[in-house]
Amino acid sequence: MVKHGKILLFLACLIPLARLLWLGFNGGLGANPIEFITRSTGTWTLTFLLVTLGVTPLRRLSGWQWPIRLRRMLGLFAFFYACLHFTTYIWLDQFFDFSGIYQDIFKRPFITIGFTSFLLLIPLAVTSTQAMMRRLGGRNWQRLHRLVYLITVGGVLHYWWLVKKDVTQPAIYAAVLVLLLGYRLWYRLFRAGPKNGV
Amino acid sequence: MLIKRPTDICPSEITDREIYRARRQFLQSVPAALAVAAAPGLFATPAFAAEKLPGVRKNPFSTNEQATPYKEVTTYNNFYEFGTDKADPAQAAKTLITRPWTVFVEGEVKNPRTYAIEDLLRLAPLEERIYRLRCVEGWSMVIPWAGFSLNEIIRRAEPTGNAKFVEFVSLHDPKQMPGQRSGVLDWPYVEGLRLDEAMHPLTLLAFGLYGEVLPQQNGAPLRLVVPWKYGFKSAKSIVRIRLVEKPPVSAWMRAAPGEYGFFSNVNPAVDHPRWSQARERRIGEFFKRATLPFNGYGEQVAQLYAGMDLKKYF
Ligand code: HEM
Repeated sequence: MVKHGKILLFLACLIPLARLLWLGFNGGLGANPIEFITRSTGTWTLTFLLVTLGVTPLRRLSGWQWPIRLRRMLGLFAFFYACLHFTTYIWLDQFFDFSGIYQDIFKRPFITIGFTSFLLLIPLAVTSTQAMMRRLGGRNWQRLHRLVYLITVGGVLHYWWLVKKDVTQPAIYAAVLVLLLGYRLWYRLFRAGPKNGV
Repeated sequence: MLIKRPTDICPSEITDREIYRARRQFLQSVPAALAVAAAPGLFATPAFAAEKLPGVRKNPFSTNEQATPYKEVTTYNNFYEFGTDKADPAQAAKTLITRPWTVFVEGEVKNPRTYAIEDLLRLAPLEERIYRLRCVEGWSMVIPWAGFSLNEIIRRAEPTGNAKFVEFVSLHDPKQMPGQRSGVLDWPYVEGLRLDEAMHPLTLLAFGLYGEVLPQQNGAPLRLVVPWKYGFKSAKSIVRIRLVEKPPVSAWMRAAPGEYGFFSNVNPAVDHPRWSQARERRIGEFFKRATLPFNGYGEQVAQLYAGMDLKKYF
């Protein structure tokens, strides 16, 4: 059951990429295709991060156990879209102009924080396998993977700081993030015993 | 004032309007075509987008660079009165009613005037001006506008000795402009120029593009085009032109004073606080290109800013 579910989910997670490719080959990316791709991959990175953060609350609220078995794939897809987003920036947007990229990363707060979030995602992706989990030990692994909170906060700030004036979209993502983190806080304060993790 | 001609143009090289027409023909929207066919008399007072403007003359200020296709020019717009996504205006601006339309020229003038749009169109011969447009966001286009120099209007109003600046006010009507129901900007949209900038022959009052009446999403029925400044300085759907003594506070200055200055001249050496202005992506091109000081119009306008610290007066 879960196995079929995983295959379906895997395919579903590829839909945003398939859509981009389809639009790309059909001239559907609008007047500024590179901007379109940057924005689309950025949006999907953040969406996958938030969906991944939704797994634990869903499990606790519903009592279902199966969502936890899909979490790793969701997290890895967040990393996958982050890689596409970063590659789009380096390749299509800046065309390997490393002095420009270097300046962006150190001078533009929205890029600085996006880049930091991206770097922090790497150790999480690398340690996502069963073998790595065993090698690190559950507690250490869990501690390391709490970085995802920081990463997602960084992603929302990155979005907030890059919009020119209309913060409606980043505010929606921020609200979802506040709900997801707020739930954890509430759970920790009022539901869990002192030994349980968040 | 000595106005040098741009060096990058040769009038014989300017693309003929008929070629645009040919390129445009298959794109023409059926309803507009039907409207024109059903009411040939409208030719005298052009009212609809995609309707041809008669008698537009070529002008030596034009660049010979490849013009951005009509489709991109009319579907990729920053016009917050119709939403903040650049695809929004092409969808939402249909509600803008451009006839009748009245423009007030007032303030520090001896001869205040109220123009109906039809009279404005007859005030001076329409010229085709193919200008580069550089958006503050880092992209650019080349657009064949139709209009005449703003100074045609200002001269007739006879500014008094107190007139030092010109304020432009765009239409404020949330019924027609759904984006104004949100508080993204402090409506109405206001922009401003120093009087000498406004009188400069490059500063255009545009009524059309690609030889046709301006589509609503491009700022119909009349807009400013100041090609050496970032695009937001070129106010759209103007209802009021006011000569004033003090520098007007523009909508963007009010929204983010640290990011948008009064002058907002295109300047690759002065970054927007959140992104670089050194390069730009010309719509339709893959590689970014270097942004030129004053958007390449330095020869004509740099003398307006002689001795000014352009980092301070950004
Ligand atoms: C976890 C990491 C990241 C997340 C979650 C993320 C997310 C986003 C989001 C949501 C957007 C806005 C999409 C929209 O406007 O609809 C965006 C845009 C953008 N991001 Fe990222 N991003 C990340 C990392 C990066 C990195 C590492 C870079 C470059 C070094 C970068 C550069 C950009 C650029 C240039 C834009 C477009 C700005 C614009 O169009 O004005 N991002 N990103």
